[in-house]
Amino acid sequence: MSSFWSAWIIVLTLPVLIGCFILLRWNLTNYVGVPEDETTGHEVDGLEEVNNPLPKWWTYMFYGTLIWSVFYLAAYPGLGNWPGFLNWTSSNQGIKNLEESRAAVLQAKAEGKTVQLDIENEVAAATYGPVFQQFANRDVLDLAYDADALKIGQRLFLQNCALCHGSDARGQRGYPNLTDNDWLYGGSPDKIKETLLYGRRAAMPGWGAALGEQGIKEMTAYVLSLSGRTVNDQLASAGKAKFGMCAACHGADGKGSVAHNLPFGAPNLTNNIWLYGGTAAAIEETLIQGRYGVMPAFKDTLGEDKVHILTAYVYRLSNPEDLR
Amino acid sequence: MSQTKPLNVEYNYSVVRLFAITTVLWGIVGMVVGVLLAAQLYWPALNFDIPWLTYSRLRPLHTNAVIFAFGTSALFATCYYVVQRTCQTRLFAEKLAMFTFWGWQTIIVAAAITLPLGMSQSKEYAELEWPIDILITIVWVSFAIVFFGTLVKRKTSHIYVANWFYGGFIITVAALHIVNSMVVPLNLFKSYSIYAGAVDAMVQWWYGHNAVGFLLTAGFLGMMYYFVPKQAGRPVYSYRLSIVHFWALIALYIWAGPHHLHYTALPDWTQSLGMVMSIVLFVPSWGGMINGIMTLSGAWHKLKTDPILRFLIVSLSFYGMSTFEGPMMAIKSVNALSHYTDWTVGHVHSGALGWVAMISIGAMYHLIPVVYNKVGMYSTKLINTHFWLHTIGVVLYIVAMWISGIMQGMMWRAVNTDGTLTYSFVQSLEASMPFYLMRFIGGVFVVAGMLIMAYNVYKTVRSKDEVAQAVPVTA
Repeated sequence: MSSFWSAWIIVLTLPVLIGCFILLRWNLTNYVGVPEDETTGHEVDGLEEVNNPLPKWWTYMFYGTLIWSVFYLAAYPGLGNWPGFLNWTSSNQGIKNLEESRAAVLQAKAEGKTVQLDIENEVAAATYGPVFQQFANRDVLDLAYDADALKIGQRLFLQNCALCHGSDARGQRGYPNLTDNDWLYGGSPDKIKETLLYGRRAAMPGWGAALGEQGIKEMTAYVLSLSGRTVNDQLASAGKAKFGMCAACHGADGKGSVAHNLPFGAPNLTNNIWLYGGTAAAIEETLIQGRYGVMPAFKDTLGEDKVHILTAYVYRLSNPEDLR
Repeated sequence: MSQTKPLNVEYNYSVVRLFAITTVLWGIVGMVVGVLLAAQLYWPALNFDIPWLTYSRLRPLHTNAVIFAFGTSALFATCYYVVQRTCQTRLFAEKLAMFTFWGWQTIIVAAAITLPLGMSQSKEYAELEWPIDILITIVWVSFAIVFFGTLVKRKTSHIYVANWFYGGFIITVAALHIVNSMVVPLNLFKSYSIYAGAVDAMVQWWYGHNAVGFLLTAGFLGMMYYFVPKQAGRPVYSYRLSIVHFWALIALYIWAGPHHLHYTALPDWTQSLGMVMSIVLFVPSWGGMINGIMTLSGAWHKLKTDPILRFLIVSLSFYGMSTFEGPMMAIKSVNALSHYTDWTVGHVHSGALGWVAMISIGAMYHLIPVVYNKVGMYSTKLINTHFWLHTIGVVLYIVAMWISGIMQGMMWRAVNTDGTLTYSFVQSLEASMPFYLMRFIGGVFVVAGMLIMAYNVYKTVRSKDEVAQAVPVTA
């Protein structure tokens, strides 16, 4: 903030506090012109006012809060650019990314500043870091059947994943069910961990313009037939003829990327599990507009140790039996 | 005392009567909507899957109805009543005063239509879209002309303390409303704020907290300074206390807004200043409570027999309680626990139902017989019943919200030995359910009391027990 605005704030703040003090002092004297305990002499509509002194306990409270206010504004930021003699700040304000944040933490330390958020992060890492570290070197398959690890994993899941995937992990429209062993990017511990660490960006292009109205109808019929639905054969075979454009991701048989060891995250179209709905209308919508699902990356938010435990929890959801 | 003293002016009571009746009417409407919302939180199916009845749209309808329809009608009624009687003169610009009534009712009806339709500026307590905002400005400036015009032509040398508060509230609300409602209209029903980001949030809470500070506090303190001494038949406790607490209150309140934005993107200095001023504010706020309650010294026995006085004095107790609670919640470390929980909701209602509603109800019971020229309210017993229903309702409400709010705050911050949160949000919601039921029951008590009031007011207005000799008129 410029020194003008800083001065502006100070010039507005201090007179209010000093003014309150003067107002209080002034009214502790009897300037009304009548003895205390008598009415002031103004009478209107039967209403009068007594010239009673201010209650003492109330006066002391007023002094107390005013003195405290001066102390607080000297200690903490408040008066414009004055940082406060404790040199305290809640966060490294104005930070736009993680690199800047790391640099700001170092700089604040060098300047002897107390940055609340940095301190809390440090304390949390020191206190709770070891709890997660103790699992970091154990195999995911091992942790997936370890009661303690699962307990932590569940809490992490409920706080970070349940918002989209649901408390029971069964997903919702646009967010995959994590309990059915049907995977978009693979269900091995490594693949799950990769998804968690780096996130995923699905890209099903919209084919509305390319296929045209009739083409969409045909393709919808064919896609429906893949999961065994009864459709108009003529439409479906016309759709099948054009399926080559889909096969690059979904595979020629429509069984999806995972079945063909492809990295695209294209769903299996034959198993009647639908991310955006399996009705003709929903499939048509998907074909026309495309779908662009996003799974965020948790590497920076949670850190690798927590993601490791979370991987075990997610793996366990669709692998209840320990088959080792 | 001199309540029976003959007056040598005939006052304009017609606009006071209209506002008094709408106070009761809108009070019932606003509180019924509140009870429906409380029920929806317990039985979510009660929105019947109808968009107009969803919580998101009815909530602003409830707040607008109780603050601007019920509360502000009470302020208009008492302000026009008090300013005439304490200035010993008729209202200035009486036709303009009547315009403020019809203008204000138009605003309320417009709000009742547009809010359920989902038209909103999405600023709390300032949801109404820009065409309605312009009408509010016009009505409010008219209100100011009538009020200050009447002050100017007063026949008394002194401006009575109630009018300081009414005056302060009228001027400040005009400034708050105009600054916060600055928007760029997109069309008749949609607009965007001219402020952006944290500035927008700060302007909104500068408005929001001072809607509480000036409309719901200063305005109602004006009401208090007339009706408490009048009903008690006692002089105001301390003239000098009223001077200190008036000036300190209006100087400090205007700073308190940032405490709504603790731990947000608002800069540290703004948060600290808001917190400091909020805490200092505690003392002048209590000045008002002390001055009201101590006015009763020498007349405490009247509380036994006079339920109207009971409404007024208990309202001051709730005022004292919420103005202690408010500054405490403005302390950052307390706020870290209380913010976003039901505690805030409980705090607001101990102010709104305890202070604002009770002082208004007491004032209405006092002035309705006077403006309708009746000997008194139809039934004192029913006033007493109303008093107990209301008090029990408010206590149930705020106790439920205290428990629920503090529990939520504790659950949200509870961590396991591994540092992960112990509870998910849904678990805290589940734990709150019994208290939502309790709050709903409290609300039903309050509405039941309001219905009894409506019956009592109806019987009073229709009664034939007129004051025998009309107020003498001297030309």
